[in-house]
This record gives sequence, C-alpha cells and structure tokens, in this order.
Amino acid sequence: MREFITQTWSWWFSGTMIAGIMFFLLYFGQSFGFSANLRTICAAAGLGKKNKFFDFNWKTQTWNLVFLVGAIIGGIIAKQFLSSGSPVDISPETINDLSKLGISAPVSLQPTELFSLEAILSIKGFLVLAFGGLMVGFGSRYAGGCTSGHAISGLSDLQLPSLIAVIGFFIGGLVMTFFILPLIF
Amino acid sequence: MKFIKFLILGIVFGIVMAKSEAISWFRIQEMFRFQAFHMYGIIGTAVVLGVTGVALIKKFKIRDFRGNPILFHPKEKSVVRYLLGGTVFGLGWALSGACPGPMVVNIGYGFISMGIVFLFAIVGTYLYGYFKEKLPH
Repeated sequence: MREFITQTWSWWFSGTMIAGIMFFLLYFGQSFGFSANLRTICAAAGLGKKNKFFDFNWKTQTWNLVFLVGAIIGGIIAKQFLSSGSPVDISPETINDLSKLGISAPVSLQPTELFSLEAILSIKGFLVLAFGGLMVGFGSRYAGGCTSGHAISGLSDLQLPSLIAVIGFFIGGLVMTFFILPLIF
Repeated sequence: MKFIKFLILGIVFGIVMAKSEAISWFRIQEMFRFQAFHMYGIIGTAVVLGVTGVALIKKFKIRDFRGNPILFHPKEKSVVRYLLGGTVFGLGWALSGACPGPMVVNIGYGFISMGIVFLFAIVGTYLYGYFKEKLPH
C-alpha cells in the first residue's frame, strides 16, 4: 500500500482527479482557473490605484487564494508523507537530449542546474527563472488563462478561444525547447 | 467556515500535481519533446472527462450547491490575443517548467527557488495590465 502511494501516480488517475477538482469547483459555484490569482494578488497589493485592470473587488476571489494556499499545503504533504524520494522517471531519450544541453539526469523532481541555490545565485540562473516567470504571468493574462483555465476548463466547454490559446502554448513551448534552450544552455 | 472546501480542493490539487510529477521541469521537457505519453495522458483524461461532464451539466441543467444554474461564460471571440498570449505563456512554461499552479506546489514541495518564478509571474501579470491598451487583442 505504501509503495502504491509513494510511486508516481498514473496519468489516468491524475487526470481523473483534476477533472474531479474542476467539477467540484463548478458545483461550489466557481470555475477552475489558477492564474486569475496572479491578478488578484496585484489587486490585493493595491495596484488598482495605479491601473484600472487591477481595480476590482478582489475579495470575491478569496476562494481562489484559499485554493492556492491549499496547493502549497498539498505540496508539503506530498513531499513529507507521500514521496519515495526517487528521481522523476522520465524517458531515456529526454535524459539524453538534456545531457547535450548540460542538464544532468534527474536526482529529484527538478534539475539542479536550474533550481539549486548555486544556480539561482548566478546571474544567468536568476535571469532564467525570472524571465520564465515573467512570460508565464504576462502570457497567461494576455491569453486570458493558463493550463487550468484554457486547456482544462476551456477545452471541456469546447471553447474555440481556448483551443487557439493551447495551440499558442505549444508554439511557444516548442520554440523555447528546440530553438532557445540550446542558445541558453 | 465557508472556505474550507476550497482549501481541501487546493490540497488535493497540490498532492495530485506533485504525485503525478506534473510539477517537474523534466516532465514538461519530456512533453514538449514528445518523448512520453504521461503529460498528454493527464491533460487528455481531464479534458475527455471534462467535455463529457460539462455536456451532461448543460443537458440536464444541473445546479450548484446553492441551487443556482451552473453557467459557462463563452470567452470573447478573438485570435490575436489567444495566439500571442498563449505563445508567450508557452515560452515561459518550457523555460521555467511550471505553469502558475505547479509553481506554488513546488514551493510547498521544498523547491523554494520556484518562489522567484512565482514572484516574477506576478510582475509579468502587472506588466500585462500596464501595457494592456497598447497590445493587439
């Protein structure tokens, strides 16, 4: 039983759970869209005084901030109680491709070349994470949603705009993976 | 405590994202290199069940826990904003290996450096608001 829980959870179980979370949020009168929290945080920080995009009653979004806090706690629980500590089991082809970029094989869930203390204290390492976050934040609001809002909620409602956004996610992701990452690493 | 249900759903979300390894930079790279089915299986399963469930909600006019109809708001019609915004998002997703949800799950998991990514995602969101009127939508 313990091994069953600590191993990597299957795609079908995980996907089913995510759909379940979306349906529970709908049942509770809300909708699944995580990146809206980024706008809410800007509004709660008082930036609505400077910019009308952040001038709204952010307290109606408290439920989503609570969901965010839950997600952090979920991460803690997964690490402390449900993890075997084994590295992420990605395909040998990916390990091989990444080694050509100088990214070594996984020893945990994340590459030390990007997320270790040494990495983030270097200028390049810091800029990689900063620009990555900047583009995710800018792009998700420009597109009006992220993976949860468009790829899960939007596609489930057969929304054409969400399909266009997901195509955009892949254009950007493929350009970064095959053209820009080799220039950075 | 009316928010407790959202806290529980958030905890379940965080655990599932971590245990499915969807919070891993390596898994995102594996996805964009089309070298495993795992991430496509997760998103695909959620979408297939989602499409089915949403269709059933609409067909049987299922109501939420307060008895109000569950409404779906069609997103405004456009191509430019979704394609350009989506592309910028994808560039960031493949670089940092995390979309907004997995960023905070990573912080809980102990990858504190993901806090930098999350902080700059907030800055990026503010920049969008700042330049909104000048951008094509």
